[in-house]
Amino acid sequence: MTAGKTSIVAFSAVAKAYGNVKALNGVDFVVDAGECVGLVGHNGAGKSTLVNAIAGTIGTDAGRRTIAGQDLTEHSVVLAHKLGVRCVFQELSLCPNLTVAENARISHPSLTGWGSLRRADALIVAKLDDIFPGHGIRGDQIVGDLSIGRRQMVEVARVFTQSVDPIRLVILDEPTSSLDSHASAQLLAYVRRAVATGVSCIFISHLLNEVLASTDRIVVMRDGKVAVTGATIDFDREKLVAAMVGIVSARQNSVAKQRRGDAPLRVAVHKKHGAAGNDLDAKAGEIIGLSGLAAHGQSNLLVRIFQAASRRDRGVDVTATVAVVAGDRQTDGVFPLWSVLENIAVRSLSALSSYALISQEKQRAMGETWRQRLGIRTPDLGNSILSLSGGNQQKALFARALASDAQIILMDDPMRGVDIATKLEVYALIQEEAAKGRTFIWYTTEFEELENCDRVYVLRNGKIVAALDHDEVNEQNVIRSSFGEAA
Amino acid sequence: MNALRMNAFVRTLPARPWIWSFIGAAIVFLASLLITGGAGAGGIVVAALSLASFAVVVGMGQMFVMSLGPGNVDLSLPANIGLASAIAMKVMNGSDSMIAAGIVAALASGMLIGLINYGLIRTLRIPPIIATLSTSFIVQSIDISYGRGLQVKPPPGFAGFTDLRLLGLPVFVLVIIVASIIAAIVLGRTIFGRSVLAIGQNMRAAWLAGIKVQRIRAVTYVLCSALGGLSGALLAAYFRGSSTDIGNEYLLMSIAVVVIGGTSVAGGRANLPGLWGAALFLVLLQVMLNTFGADASVRLVTTGFVIIAVITAAGGRVAER
Repeated sequence: MTAGKTSIVAFSAVAKAYGNVKALNGVDFVVDAGECVGLVGHNGAGKSTLVNAIAGTIGTDAGRRTIAGQDLTEHSVVLAHKLGVRCVFQELSLCPNLTVAENARISHPSLTGWGSLRRADALIVAKLDDIFPGHGIRGDQIVGDLSIGRRQMVEVARVFTQSVDPIRLVILDEPTSSLDSHASAQLLAYVRRAVATGVSCIFISHLLNEVLASTDRIVVMRDGKVAVTGATIDFDREKLVAAMVGIVSARQNSVAKQRRGDAPLRVAVHKKHGAAGNDLDAKAGEIIGLSGLAAHGQSNLLVRIFQAASRRDRGVDVTATVAVVAGDRQTDGVFPLWSVLENIAVRSLSALSSYALISQEKQRAMGETWRQRLGIRTPDLGNSILSLSGGNQQKALFARALASDAQIILMDDPMRGVDIATKLEVYALIQEEAAKGRTFIWYTTEFEELENCDRVYVLRNGKIVAALDHDEVNEQNVIRSSFGEAA
Repeated sequence: MNALRMNAFVRTLPARPWIWSFIGAAIVFLASLLITGGAGAGGIVVAALSLASFAVVVGMGQMFVMSLGPGNVDLSLPANIGLASAIAMKVMNGSDSMIAAGIVAALASGMLIGLINYGLIRTLRIPPIIATLSTSFIVQSIDISYGRGLQVKPPPGFAGFTDLRLLGLPVFVLVIIVASIIAAIVLGRTIFGRSVLAIGQNMRAAWLAGIKVQRIRAVTYVLCSALGGLSGALLAAYFRGSSTDIGNEYLLMSIAVVVIGGTSVAGGRANLPGLWGAALFLVLLQVMLNTFGADASVRLVTTGFVIIAVITAAGGRVAER
């Protein structure tokens, strides 16, 4: 950072809240011309919100936002674009039904009339040649037919193409997540070249060595604030991890676990390609945690275990009945037209039936039992499930799984949006049920919940990369395994 | 006091949407009585119940299918009914001893069509609306070449069955009333019914709740087509002969009775009593328009408008929820 350079981005005391969650809580953030800033932090630290505020896709509640000397008063994607802000987002934003060239033309409204498609084609292919020599992509290929890695190349190259408005700042949010190591290296080299010509860059990556290798300055975010900022040369891997975690919080007194060495094995995920041993073991009475960065295959693993219970899967052995507690209530859990009672009973219909008919008495008795055990707050179980608060809907989903005959309970981050009192009640219940011999496999994005687990598996890019015993589970270990080494 | 009770009744109306279809049927019935001056009321009731019961048989199948969720509908019913009526009559071949065999053949033909429908939906991942429509064209072509347009008369015993009366009502109507009560129990109190409604609300959640989603969907489509086959045989007996176009009006009819009867087009909520109300309403509406001397086009246009009006009203109810 050299004094005297003009700032491209200057944010001071910017705040943004979603309901009670303070996504940004007074952030000061500056990017100078010709500077590459690495932005790191754990899930929910506020990186994406900050980036969206810069790109103009969201408004903010307080603070001052200046881009290239101009105040952004309201959220304006068009203004930010005019001022030279370009983004590559994690979610690919290409239209899959169009060709590479057509996608390029969309982002350049100035290309019009006869031959505009040919010019867009030339523009994007030239940029691809520039960034990823030997990319093997043609302009007339349909984006949906390209591999995910090539799609990401097109996405990146499109951002760097220029027609009318200048490019001053490029935001790269996990740009290498779908690229192989060769293409990643090409991209990082290109970013350095672009920065040398005066373009600024904000670089977000979960691969810490990429950040350490290609940025000038690093900003670490935590809980909606900038926790640490400093020149990249002053950081190393350990320091970065420590900065992301913050002061290690005093651990709660967790329940001492009894070893369950002789209990029968309920779930086994075998290693790939016939290698000996298992990636994941879950015995009767164990609570198994799944962790790692969000969306690194934890939910998919749960679905795979669920499927293996009813359909043979060579890689996964499941030896008991399975029930699921969904975290995404709307898409995976709740039946909105039904009462609380019907929502609880749906997993146990055959157990509740006699002579082919569902017994109303048995159904009600089961509902009442679990209403009391979980403390579901509703005057009448016959009320619509939607009349319950989110936390109580979640309790109903727990009741559905726990009331069933399932010996294995799969939990897909089930505590999202649940208040702390409810959580503590449910933790106690899980411990109680595990003591009776049920197996829990629990994906969670909250560290505190991992303290309930006998063993925690950390996933990265869909693979189990670490197994931590109860005593080894702490934020530092989990983060270290989640970030791992560069691919 | 009375006003209070009335108010309480009105407030429960939204929870029982099928009441409206019965109220509509009653209004139309009274209107046609006014025109005829009360003459032939008994005849109108019997004819309306008979025709309505055919619509209910087909409507029950369509109701289960539509409850599977948005996009689920069986458009192959008219062709299915036409083919089944021809097969039943040919197998029976005018002989009373072959009645059972003919009904079994009609059911089998229906179930086969249901399997083909579901096979297309599942293996080729075609939307149900397209899959059942394609099946419909194929079945229709088979029917045309198989039936050759010539009418085969039902055996006297089978035709006589449709005239059989008990307490002044046709026996087959009573049988269908009993069948629809069984269907209501299946819908509300059995694993199959609950599963259908769960799938209709949220297919993924149903799967994660341990419901055998694909098996239930297959059974539902086969059930619907089997009911179509059965009504093909019954219609041939009632109208004294099979014909290719005997099922034509049941495309619109089957969907209309389901929708007007209070079953959610978006799936997950089905209503059996409403089927009867809606079927009576539509049949009586046609009778009334007939007595007015309106021609077929006016009847179709009116029916179409009624369906649009009901869906609009029902849509408003969903939004309020």
